[in-house]
Amino acid sequence: MRNQQHTKLLFELSRPGRRAHRLPPLDVPAEPLESLLPSEALADAPPPLPELAEGDVVRHFTNLSTLNMSVDTHFYPLGSCTMKYNPKRNERLASLSGLVDVHPLQEDASIQGLLQMLFELQQMLAEISGLPGVSLQPAAGAHGELAALMVAAAYFRRQGEDRPVVLTADSAHGTNPASARMAGMQTNTVKSNRQGLVDLEDLKRQLDRRTGVFMLTNPNTLGLFDSQILEITRAVHDQGGLIYLDGANMNAILGIARPGDFGADLMHFNPHKTFSGPHGGGGPGAGPICVRDFLTEFLPAPVVVKEDDAYRLDYDRPLSIGRVRSFFGNVGVLLRAYFYIRSHGGEGLRRVSEDAILGANYLRSRVQHILDVPFGEFCMHEFVASASRLKKERGLTAMDLAKRLLDYGFHAPTVYFPMIVPESVMVEPTETESKETLDAFAEALFRITDEAQDLVHEAPHSTRISRPDEVQAARKPIMRWTPES
Amino acid sequence: MAYFFHTDEDRRQMLAAIGADSVEAIIDAQVPAEVRMNRPLELGPAASEIELEREVRRLAAANLSPASHVCFLGGGAYDHFVPAAVDAIASRGEFYTSYTPYQAEVSQGNLQVMFEYETLVAQLTGLDVSNASLYDGGSAAVEAVLMALAITSDRSRVVTAGTVHPEYRQALATYLEEIDAEVVTAEVGPDGTAADLISRIDEQTSCVLIQHPNFFGRLEQVEQIAEAAHAAGALLIQVFDPVSLGVLRRPGELGADIAVAEGQGIGNPLAFGGPYLGIMACRQELVRRLPGRIAGQTTDRRGKRCWVLTLQTREQHIRREKATSNICSNQTLLALRSTIHLALLGPEGLRETAEQCLQKAAYARRQFAASERFEVLHESATFKEFVVRDTSGDVAGALRHATEAGFLAGVPLERWYPELADCFLVAVTERRTRSEIDSLVSTLSSAPRSLASASGVAAGA
Ligand SMILES: Cc1ncc(COP(=O)(O)O)c(C=O)c1O
Repeated sequence: MRNQQHTKLLFELSRPGRRAHRLPPLDVPAEPLESLLPSEALADAPPPLPELAEGDVVRHFTNLSTLNMSVDTHFYPLGSCTMKYNPKRNERLASLSGLVDVHPLQEDASIQGLLQMLFELQQMLAEISGLPGVSLQPAAGAHGELAALMVAAAYFRRQGEDRPVVLTADSAHGTNPASARMAGMQTNTVKSNRQGLVDLEDLKRQLDRRTGVFMLTNPNTLGLFDSQILEITRAVHDQGGLIYLDGANMNAILGIARPGDFGADLMHFNPHKTFSGPHGGGGPGAGPICVRDFLTEFLPAPVVVKEDDAYRLDYDRPLSIGRVRSFFGNVGVLLRAYFYIRSHGGEGLRRVSEDAILGANYLRSRVQHILDVPFGEFCMHEFVASASRLKKERGLTAMDLAKRLLDYGFHAPTVYFPMIVPESVMVEPTETESKETLDAFAEALFRITDEAQDLVHEAPHSTRISRPDEVQAARKPIMRWTPES
Repeated sequence: MAYFFHTDEDRRQMLAAIGADSVEAIIDAQVPAEVRMNRPLELGPAASEIELEREVRRLAAANLSPASHVCFLGGGAYDHFVPAAVDAIASRGEFYTSYTPYQAEVSQGNLQVMFEYETLVAQLTGLDVSNASLYDGGSAAVEAVLMALAITSDRSRVVTAGTVHPEYRQALATYLEEIDAEVVTAEVGPDGTAADLISRIDEQTSCVLIQHPNFFGRLEQVEQIAEAAHAAGALLIQVFDPVSLGVLRRPGELGADIAVAEGQGIGNPLAFGGPYLGIMACRQELVRRLPGRIAGQTTDRRGKRCWVLTLQTREQHIRREKATSNICSNQTLLALRSTIHLALLGPEGLRETAEQCLQKAAYARRQFAASERFEVLHESATFKEFVVRDTSGDVAGALRHATEAGFLAGVPLERWYPELADCFLVAVTERRTRSEIDSLVSTLSSAPRSLASASGVAAGA
């Protein structure tokens, strides 16, 4: 069955003189190139790209696609990434002419329908977050973190306050401290307590007049809602600091709790997680940010405003931090979020979170008979188990489990994150998986723990390749094909 | 509410296994009552697929686009042709509903595409290595500057030119506001190039950021600038247009140390500005400072050639605050589209596309130059776009008139260049025809001149 053509590289399939795309004949008088451009600027030959026929290209990539697991083909419980079903209607709608083909520098008057949807999306995100100021510009969650920290920095500068320190939780995603550093701030880490929540004592010890922002993920990366949330936000606010909410886990609390109501001052959404934007093999995402009213004037420009039934891009925002990218934002992803929210309405979004919580707790209740789940009695939309005991008793690591699950036809959970749980296995089933799928996954895990060690150590067995040598890849990096390689 | 799975019976069984009476009870056990939302979200009712489709189609139809109007807009995003095969392949669920290849064994498709993309970018730019994508051209330019500042850590000055895309420069200013670095911007020379940029380069200069072809479509003296930058110990960052490399010499040959680009024009839709594709390539020595994901070749335990994410110790999930960048989700799907697009074009397709852009833009430039009402600001050496001056000074009126006649005619330049308030930018891609160009010029020429501006330039006309 397997067509081996796809395992060759495009460059190895190339034959001189082959060609796919052809243009119509030039219909303007052709001038010698040297008369149009200085000869020292001209290339002797075009770049040495591969030469292929259209049929080559289609077969190559179609076969390659079959080497991927994806949400469309497999259960993909990759914790923290919210790999939910990506509705096909969103794809069709986002591809409509008048949306997918609009030029970013068209006049506002020529794109009123598009601006209306983007304006409404701003309002929807404000309602869902409880934070009224919205910028749709950032291109991903991490980009939103950075943009929001810049908003905070601009605000403190305006207030004449020197608050260079950003606190991040030890369970936080790596983007949090990385964003803080890019925003020119110093980072310090706040410990988690024995319940997997913020260690309030440690937080309070570190808070002072130099604290700018505490970046908090809630529910956190252990899948736990921090019950001390009001105490945390009060403690930070009492010191004049701001609370940033990493919204990666918003799938747990839609219509249940709003960041603005529990004390967050700034946050980002990951529409590619919460609002079903397909993950694209690694992206694109989007990272819209929402802020409290006193921070709104610092948001990136432009934002969409409505005046007398007409929509307009407002660039005239003197206190804005400016742009964080070119053009409006990742509109294709934002529109899918808009379609998703419209498809659910308020009640439906709440049901999304309820079902995500139900699925995660159900799977947790089954997995905890196999792996330790160190924190919490319940969880929100995901949970983190540990393979530590299994490692001690049977020599099986989280990585072994992950690899063997692939043989059972499941994408692996996130492993080795968050770092505060040894041999962590982070499972996020999402609301768009059936009980049968969750049962089958739990049963697979159970069977694996009973299998011969070697079988698991050498897994996966059913995939084209198994256990690639990452050390060699990093030691002698080969990052491109060359004719010799 | 079409995507739910659980039947009432499922729920009952699941709750029983959990040992909870209701989902509500599970939530109550964790979320304090004081922060619970006590009203429904006000987002309106759920729309069925039929209702949503009806309404979105209506809203989409309310927008003009290159499908309804002949498009001469450029300024960093272009109406280049995208072959059907690109859409067909990229809409396979195995590609677009997967994620970052953390599990290499079940992501060889994506990893091989990343490796092929990186190779194509290296071939395109004449540089050694590429990452797997950044967000867009603007943020890629910023990341390149941050990379250069990290490499030349004892230097803090960034020299750039007013001929670099204004939005890229705005993004750069935003980022640099928060860190210890300053930007020096060389003004746009009368010939539309970064004329006096070289004199701004000094021993404190970390990097020089130029765009070639520049925002006005003009070519810069890249080799001379590279020489001056290198003589001062600074790095050269070139923003390039991938399509232009069908005819122009490559950044690596011109002396660029880092090259960045907006990849929209090679296989990606206009989509009102995004998602787009930030391209970045650099010389081998700089790779440990490169931001973003990189796919590398290796072998598996049975010795089979395969691909993995590599050099991950640069990245946020391992290095946290010491990472080269905070980027996590990137633009892989757009990189896939560009990979397919370049594979379909091949060297000859790219050359022909670039030549047609060049020839058609040159033809359009001549038509504008020959018109009574318009002048072309720079007579020669532009690639696919150029600046047109309306001698009657009524750019807004002329463009509005053209829109009514079925054209998206040009990008007014006043927003970024107040001194060019009477000018607009015209871009001509391979898709445009001679008759479209002819009627653009005649349509614009026939635009009524507003009274105020007409009298203002009467003497000149
Ligand atoms: C908890 C958390 N924070 C932040 C991010 C960063 O989001 P993005 O990948 O969209 O930049 C992620 C996602 O990967 C995440 O899981």
